Amino acid sequence: MGLTGPDAGQGVAEVSGESPNWVTARLSDLVNWSRTRSLWPMPFGTACCAIEFMATAAGRYDISRFGMERQGFTPRQADVLICAGRLPFKLAPVIRRVWDQMPQPKWSISMGACASSGGIFDNYAMVQGIDTIIPVDVYVPGCPPRPEGLLYAIFLLQKKIMGESLTDQQLRVERTLGPDGLFRAPALIDEISEPFGNSVHQTRSS
Amino acid sequence: MTAAAAASPSVAALRARFGNSILRDRVICGDTVVWVAADRAHEVLSWLRDDPGQGFDYLTDLTAVEYRDGELPLEVVYQLRSLARRADLRIKLELDKAQPLEVESVCDLWAGANWLEREVFDMFGVTFRNHPDLRRILMWETYAEGFPLRKDFPLRGHFSRSEQTRQALAANPEAHYSLEELSIAESYRELSVEMRERLGRGERGEVS
Ligand code: SF4
Repeated sequence: MGLTGPDAGQGVAEVSGESPNWVTARLSDLVNWSRTRSLWPMPFGTACCAIEFMATAAGRYDISRFGMERQGFTPRQADVLICAGRLPFKLAPVIRRVWDQMPQPKWSISMGACASSGGIFDNYAMVQGIDTIIPVDVYVPGCPPRPEGLLYAIFLLQKKIMGESLTDQQLRVERTLGPDGLFRAPALIDEISEPFGNSVHQTRSS
Repeated sequence: MTAAAAASPSVAALRARFGNSILRDRVICGDTVVWVAADRAHEVLSWLRDDPGQGFDYLTDLTAVEYRDGELPLEVVYQLRSLARRADLRIKLELDKAQPLEVESVCDLWAGANWLEREVFDMFGVTFRNHPDLRRILMWETYAEGFPLRKDFPLRGHFSRSEQTRQALAANPEAHYSLEELSIAESYRELSVEMRERLGRGERGEVS
């Protein structure tokens, strides 16, 4: 019992029991709130979607209004990786390294159909969704998404961050490549990379 | 139909000089295309560049074509331009797919052919003899699936997606494509005097 007093009774015991939780919750809200308002993006613009990202960052849509004032082209000073465009296999080790270089806490947004699923590029050169390489928090549909779409994704990410708990250590664990050199299980990568929609249907020779 | 556009006068000059090595010519969409025997291609191209009457001093593009009909040979295409005469000429040579795909490099004629030939090598597997630095340029250096633009190459590649992802993640970009490779220092001596002078007092200090 932390508090004692002349009329210490049931009420005081209640406050004492609740007190640490109450403080933690408020601190967490405060930290999360400040994190949502100072998300520094690491733009990883690889293709046409990057043009829409630039529009989002420029005057008319002005991403800075939501706390993304600083476009850090250095991963070591960034909080959210925005992959805007298709990711060829040749860039897979690069985005992986950029992600590994970003300090915790960090999040990522997959912008556009290509980054999220390979999009129209169901071919030999293209990663079928960057979530086979790095973890992704928010996917933005569209080819390309309009700036409003990207801003909405940022709001969703802010909402997600507001729901995070400071005490949940799992959230901040680095998710590195496995011993097999892959981020996801091979069977999962093959499954989510299957042709879909009007994509080609052909058998592989191996 | 109007009369077919006349072939470039270079065709007659080529026939007069190289005879049977000029296999055939056609005018396609107003462009003259000349098929040349592969073994004499370098000689022909060299002459087209150096002969005062031709003066094709600019290599617009160098690429290759494989046709869907498997019987047809693979073609290497040279798109030439004479800047002074404002004339264009397309030279093609045919490579029998049953034989090793080999052709003489033209880097010694047009330095700009360097990366173009690397691209043709990367995508079609054509080897350019005497190329100064023949290695992949679009795909990474350890790419093991073959030559993507060949017709026998499946669109999604030979390997499974997980295997492709594993190999891609295992690649070390710095091993083959370093900043040093892009550095201008190595080609310093080939630059013009004026540019050397300008770079020499740059922030990188004296370059020797
Ligand atoms: S989703 Fe569309 S706009 Fe974006 S990179 Fe792919 S093709 Fe380009």
